[in-house]
Amino acid sequence: MAVQPLPLEAYKSDEKPTWCPGCGDFGVLNGLYNAMRQKGLQTKDVVVVSGIGCSSRLPFFVASYGFHGVHGRAMPIATGVKVANPNLKVLAMGGDGDAFAIGGGHFVHAARRNLDICYVIMDNNIYGLTKGQTSPTSQVGFVTKTTPKGTPDRPINPLRLAIASGATFVARGFSGKPKELAELIVEGINHNGFAVIDTFSPCPTFNKVNTFKAYREEVADLPKDYDPSDLHRAIEYASSDDPMYLGVLYREEGASFEDHLQAAKIGTEENAPAVIEDLFRRYG
Amino acid sequence: MAERDDLVIRVAGEAGEGVLSTGQLITLAAARAGYGVLTDSVPPAEIKGGHSLFQIRLAPRRLFSRGDVVDILLAFNREGYDRNIRELRDGGLLLYDSGDFTPPENDGRYQQHALPLTDIARKELQFELGKNVVAVGAISALFGLDPEYIRKLLHQRFARKGDVVLNKNYQALDAGIGYVERNIPERGALQVKPGDFGNEARIVVSGNQAIAMGSLVAGCRVYAGYPITPATDIMEFLAAELPKVGGSVVQAEDEMSALGMAIGSSYAGKKSMTATSGPGVSLMVELMGLSSMAEIPVVVVDAQRAGPSTGMPTRQEQGDLFLAALGGHGEIQRIVLAPVSVADCFTQAINAFNLAEQYQMPVLLMGDTTLGVRTESIPTPDVSAYEIVNRLGITPHEGNGTNGAAGLGVESGYKRYALTESGVSPMSAPGQDGGQYVATGLEHNESGRPRSDAANHQQMTHKRFNKLEAARENAPAAHYYGDPTADVGLVCWGSMWGVVVEAIDVLAQKGIKVAAMAPRMVWPLPDKQLQPFMQSKRVVLVPEMNYTGQLAQLMRARYLRDVVSITDYSGGVFTVARLVQEIEGVHQHAR
Repeated sequence: MAVQPLPLEAYKSDEKPTWCPGCGDFGVLNGLYNAMRQKGLQTKDVVVVSGIGCSSRLPFFVASYGFHGVHGRAMPIATGVKVANPNLKVLAMGGDGDAFAIGGGHFVHAARRNLDICYVIMDNNIYGLTKGQTSPTSQVGFVTKTTPKGTPDRPINPLRLAIASGATFVARGFSGKPKELAELIVEGINHNGFAVIDTFSPCPTFNKVNTFKAYREEVADLPKDYDPSDLHRAIEYASSDDPMYLGVLYREEGASFEDHLQAAKIGTEENAPAVIEDLFRRYG
Repeated sequence: MAERDDLVIRVAGEAGEGVLSTGQLITLAAARAGYGVLTDSVPPAEIKGGHSLFQIRLAPRRLFSRGDVVDILLAFNREGYDRNIRELRDGGLLLYDSGDFTPPENDGRYQQHALPLTDIARKELQFELGKNVVAVGAISALFGLDPEYIRKLLHQRFARKGDVVLNKNYQALDAGIGYVERNIPERGALQVKPGDFGNEARIVVSGNQAIAMGSLVAGCRVYAGYPITPATDIMEFLAAELPKVGGSVVQAEDEMSALGMAIGSSYAGKKSMTATSGPGVSLMVELMGLSSMAEIPVVVVDAQRAGPSTGMPTRQEQGDLFLAALGGHGEIQRIVLAPVSVADCFTQAINAFNLAEQYQMPVLLMGDTTLGVRTESIPTPDVSAYEIVNRLGITPHEGNGTNGAAGLGVESGYKRYALTESGVSPMSAPGQDGGQYVATGLEHNESGRPRSDAANHQQMTHKRFNKLEAARENAPAAHYYGDPTADVGLVCWGSMWGVVVEAIDVLAQKGIKVAAMAPRMVWPLPDKQLQPFMQSKRVVLVPEMNYTGQLAQLMRARYLRDVVSITDYSGGVFTVARLVQEIEGVHQHAR
């Protein structure tokens, strides 16, 4: 049976975003709707997984299946969904705190497992839902109520962390460029493996430093001849602060976690009675 | 000479020296010969070179505990002797490998015989690896086992390695038997009555293996876990078996991830489980709350060990009941089950999945160190006798919103958290059209949308706790033992049951009547089982292996009646003798 492509509206739920006016997350949400439509995804086959926080509210705004979990645990939940049913398209959407602070360990392991999911991190360099504290991607010296003298911690570079952890698709997007972001998400979904799209998504309420205006001056597209299969070059470009590059910085083809799981299966549900009988015989 | 009714054999030596394989061979052979067997093993905290022991109790009937004293101690080395000789009963038999050491002067408290294992294997057989089989032969000759059972086991184990190896093993067996027959004339005192279970279909498994088998039967198809003593063998077992039924095992990066994966898998439609021990449960508490709030079935096995923090990982305690029943922020509804024996581990694993699916909430299954690692010979389970409960799914017309079959529109209309009379709502799985919703740990309305108004929270809290009350009302049957007319009652949980049963038998011989019960469901407390039992007793004692008397406290709080808490928190074994003594004390005092 041929599947009808859906109009953009089919991906929107009737729950209206609670984000502040001007929030970067609107651009990411629109990028996601557009990516889903371009991919022709059926909402029944999509699961949008998140942790908690402003950006992690996103699953409620999509008319697909979703899982809004607990802080930092989006990756384990997404892993479980894929283990149970590798046919599902799983997108993880959440913030920099979820991905790199409380969920930092899970991020590294999801990357090294090469889970076949697309993880869009809405990176605003600040904790918005708790009203403006320093985040793992805040710059050194960033002043907030919890770091009145400026944070001494060096920021995590999400792209370098992803590459070092074994992610096989590493990209940077910008909420101010929703069309390009939608294309990145499409590419991330197409990629068989862990696709990380760190996305600048400014917080207009609490972050007066990393604004849309500031990002527009700091970002640049990758050079035309850029080769994302070159690991060393990818790390070099990921490390650049001036400019900060947008696009696919690293890509590596290979088997995903799900491929390995499927290959490990040596039987099906129908075998269950025989397997149990065999067990009783072996232990008899 | 009269045959004995039971026998406890302990093999002790250096880890890696064959203590385990010697013990396992004797156990299997005895079980096949129809003996009831129950084993206990204490692996060293060290990986190699530490002290290791394996204890087998055998009898011509079902056994409930490991036994309080050791009848035969086989020491492979001096440390095995030093560490265990005190537990050898007066008049017991010490065997030692004279090729390894000579024990100090014996004051006549026990018998002793050199068993030149190393010498026989090396000099007589030129087969050094055969030492363990010599020991197996010697011990089996002591208690009167037909060697045919061991021959069959050796054949199963070594036939594929060729006739040379197999024959060497047969020779080692005969050498062990022959040595004992020639040199230990007083062995008649150790002969045990023949086993009763020879014609029954039985399996010999550990508690952890029984849990894993039960989970397979219940339909578990995804396991995620993080290795931790003493739960790891559940994961190792399922890693080999689940792929055969199309299932998967994932080794997670930590316990939070393990439970997160299990919850994600269950949400996506597969029955899922994780197993851990206390430290892991501590880490999982937040995700237990998620499972409760998002109403996602999941099974968590807690193979309890001793002490807070890292405590004593290889030791025994029942210290996690408060954590399992009450741990967490907010109010988490969850079910806690406690199997009492290896056979019950199998049954209760199935109960755990059934209850998780029926009520869509987390279910904890409380094993512990002794229950998990001990092996018992149990009747082969009749799989057809178990009812398997699957979750309440959606039917196509339930997902009848505009996002249904046409795949269009903004709202499915499906109410994942619909307020039903039972509190249980039909649950869709991703991939089903019309079932689209967002599972969430936030308080939500019937459609799963975040809502924090008072009326909604009250309604939803009622919904979730109604399910718990239904579970309390329909708790699986409790275990009962002893004389129901007794006015002294014992209530216990989990692996304490075996000690209680044997203590009651001892007391009955002394003319003291005691009745005991162990609820299979220890949270919520099953009123319909506990209340009538307590009301029928003048005094209720609650023996537990913890300091605070956790079950006793939960019972006092719910039933407003005092119970006598008896606790052991040594990390060792709650002995039958100690329990008998405690009950005798209460009995006399009450007169």
